[in-house]
Amino acid sequence: MGTSVFYFVATLSVFFALMVVFAKNPIHSVLYLILTFFTFTVHYVLLNAQFLAVVNFIVYMGAIMVLFLFVLMLLNLNKENEPNKSALLRIVGVIAGGCLVVTLIGSLKSVAITSPLVLKNPSLGLVENLGKELFGKFMLPFELSSLLLLSAMVGAVLLTKKEEKTNG
Amino acid sequence: MITSLLWLIPILPLLGFVINGLGRNTLSKGAVGVIGSGVVLASFILSVCFFFELSSSVEKQFTVNFFDWISVGDLKIPLSFLYDPLSAIMLLIITGIGFLIHIYSTAYMHEDAGFGKFFAYLNLFIFFMLILVLGSNYIVMFIGWEGVGLCSYLLIGFWFTNSNYASAAKKAFVMNRIGDLGFLLGVFLMFQVFGSLEFAKVFPQSANMLQGNDTITIIAILLFIGACGKSAQLPLFTWLPDAMAGPTPVSALIHAATMVTAGIYMIARSSVVFDLAPIAQNIIAIVGAATALVAALIALTQTDIKKVLAYSTVSQLGYMFLGLGVGAYTGSFFHVLTHAFFKALLFLGAGAVIHSLHHEQDMRHMGGLKAKLKTTFATMMVGTIAIAGLPPFSGFFSKDEILAHAYQFSPVLWGVGVLTAFLTAFYMFRMMFLTFYGKFRGSHHTEEHIHESPKSMTIPLVVLAILAAFGGLLNIPHVFGGNEWLAHWLTGAKVTQNHLELDHTTEFTLMAVSVLAAIVAILLAYSKYVKKADIPVADEAPRTALEKLSYKKFYLDEIYDTVIRKPLDAFSNFFYKIIDNKVIDGLVNGLGWTTNEGSKSLRLLQSGNVGYYIIMMVVGIVALLAYTYWFIA
Amino acid sequence: MGSIFENMQGVPLNHYIWFCAIIFTIGVIGVLVRRNAIIIFMSVELMLNAVNLLLAAFSVHHNDASGQVFVFFIMALAAAEVAVGLSIIVMVYRNTQSIDINVLNRLKW
Repeated sequence: MGTSVFYFVATLSVFFALMVVFAKNPIHSVLYLILTFFTFTVHYVLLNAQFLAVVNFIVYMGAIMVLFLFVLMLLNLNKENEPNKSALLRIVGVIAGGCLVVTLIGSLKSVAITSPLVLKNPSLGLVENLGKELFGKFMLPFELSSLLLLSAMVGAVLLTKKEEKTNG
Repeated sequence: MITSLLWLIPILPLLGFVINGLGRNTLSKGAVGVIGSGVVLASFILSVCFFFELSSSVEKQFTVNFFDWISVGDLKIPLSFLYDPLSAIMLLIITGIGFLIHIYSTAYMHEDAGFGKFFAYLNLFIFFMLILVLGSNYIVMFIGWEGVGLCSYLLIGFWFTNSNYASAAKKAFVMNRIGDLGFLLGVFLMFQVFGSLEFAKVFPQSANMLQGNDTITIIAILLFIGACGKSAQLPLFTWLPDAMAGPTPVSALIHAATMVTAGIYMIARSSVVFDLAPIAQNIIAIVGAATALVAALIALTQTDIKKVLAYSTVSQLGYMFLGLGVGAYTGSFFHVLTHAFFKALLFLGAGAVIHSLHHEQDMRHMGGLKAKLKTTFATMMVGTIAIAGLPPFSGFFSKDEILAHAYQFSPVLWGVGVLTAFLTAFYMFRMMFLTFYGKFRGSHHTEEHIHESPKSMTIPLVVLAILAAFGGLLNIPHVFGGNEWLAHWLTGAKVTQNHLELDHTTEFTLMAVSVLAAIVAILLAYSKYVKKADIPVADEAPRTALEKLSYKKFYLDEIYDTVIRKPLDAFSNFFYKIIDNKVIDGLVNGLGWTTNEGSKSLRLLQSGNVGYYIIMMVVGIVALLAYTYWFIA
Repeated sequence: MGSIFENMQGVPLNHYIWFCAIIFTIGVIGVLVRRNAIIIFMSVELMLNAVNLLLAAFSVHHNDASGQVFVFFIMALAAAEVAVGLSIIVMVYRNTQSIDINVLNRLKW
């Protein structure tokens, strides 16, 4: 097998990601995105980041994507009614993206490490280790992130609530 | 000696200032008068006590250090007082005459709405004046120096609703500023050279320097410029006659007895420095003599009683500078003392006349007051004789000491001095004759109301008259078998003067000449103004050219106007209209216009199209990364 | 699980970087060329995930768990962001009957 699993999954990821962007139907986009995220889960597993793999699977694929799907269905947007952007703008967009990837890779090249990835501590990405980190060193940010989620929840509820007529 | 209580002397008037200043609308006039005069009296009593302590003490110089006021690097300015024979005498003059003038003011200013304010200012002035003479370094002295300038400004412009008076105050302030600049520069240079501004450090150090050293000469000249402004010398004297806009007690206290002598005090204090700068001394002597002569010439034709006295003050100050210039420091200081007596007396007497005539100051509308204002007449006569220099009144001794030194220095200066003495006697008696002799020339209505001033005004007059008459006894020269007490006293303050090397015959001759000149002048004045009853003509009436020159004050104000003010005005106008309005405003407005126009076109970039924004963002990121890639990494 | 990882030994970190850069750029291109707000949103998620993966890779490289903890935080953030963002989109749709970003061009001046 060697390292081929990585390249295979990576190819899949790139392909699905492209499909997300270029699919006509929004529903298809969402579904391709789920597939992309699945390949990412595989990547996490390959890195032995088991906790992240599970969280990615549950939160991203499970919760977030369902939310997307839910909204799309709710708004009844599953038609390919999106008017095309002008061809020029599309080309400009792609060229800009191309430039971005070139400069990104180019600028990272100088700092990149070509040595193969070696896992020194196999238990690095396991739940036990990460849990200790989270509840030790990152205790305060962790608790704060709960506040963030709470406020996001409140915000979401408040935003989507229909405005009541003041003099109803 | 309890020098630790020295601070009480200046603090008391400050206290009076605070109380009177805060309570000027609530305190009754009686209370204001009592507080205002009381604090000065207390200071005076303290000064007298200290004076006697000092005279019985062997040590003659006491430095009282309160705290370090400024301490930056090498610069250390302590707030400290120096009490020595020189400042002791100054304290007595300031608080003593100050007290008399306060008493006088309670009656003179009684009808004035600003009674409380007036006393607050007077007390503040006394405070600053005391600081000036007590300071043990040039900076503390400068605080007092500026403070008295401020009080002078406030009091000249006391009746500020009259715009002429207000501008007279401004003139005094600005002219003083010119002098102060010189003083400050001198102080800076002194710090640069000696590294300290303490009298106790500067003078011993400067004593080591060579006579005629360039730096010392420059320092001396700069200090003298400062003295010129404060003590009204050529070319900065024109503010003093205008300062007569203030109430008469102010003229007596500030513009005759105390503040204007600050310059002489400062030079006498720095006599060590000046002794080393012969060039500066020559300048001082010449400026002093010229001022004395010019002011005396102007005084000949003035018709305002206070203006006559003002020019007489300028002239006498010129005398003092002449004395300083020829090295007669104690002589000059002696003249400060006697001048304080008789000039304060004359001003207060003039004030009494003005008061009884309901603020009439023009001598053309006076006359024949001798019978009605007996005390005023008698005391003013004493003052006039004293200033004219007739023996044995005080002016005789001080003036002749200066003249003798001037003769030893240069007979030409002596000639100018005697000429001035002649003129002084003439114009002073002219003033007396015009005011008190002949017939009353004012309106009938005023004549009926002429009355002698209240006791609180005449008593100070009498006291000052006694001082003016006998003040000369303080420093009787050896020629008369005296022991020159004042000169001995001042050696304790390191103020000494050249020894007089004239033989007694010469000295007597000099005195006889000047006394004779004065007597001739008096007789001339008598024949002209009493016998012929000659009265100065109205302003518009034709005058001979010389008379006009004197009456118009040598056109000095007009000359300053054309030589300095108008070019300055034109210059400022140029800056205002061209540089400020066109260039600077143009720049600022141009910037504003550019921004406006630039943003008008730039805001079109804000299309509101989110996609467009994102592309721009990406382009920006790419540019940044590319920059890092090619130029930094 | 250990055996799975052993297969992974030998992939250079460089390749992770390239791969993540490509995914990230695809996300950027998606944002640029699409007009559907929800798809733009999904492209943003794509970018976030690219970063997440890179963080995890570096975490392994440096043998430091902090990187993975940060991934966890980013996920929490993403969840919050999606909740709020989607509700905004719902509101926008309610008001304009469209989720085309070109309709939202009042964001000027």
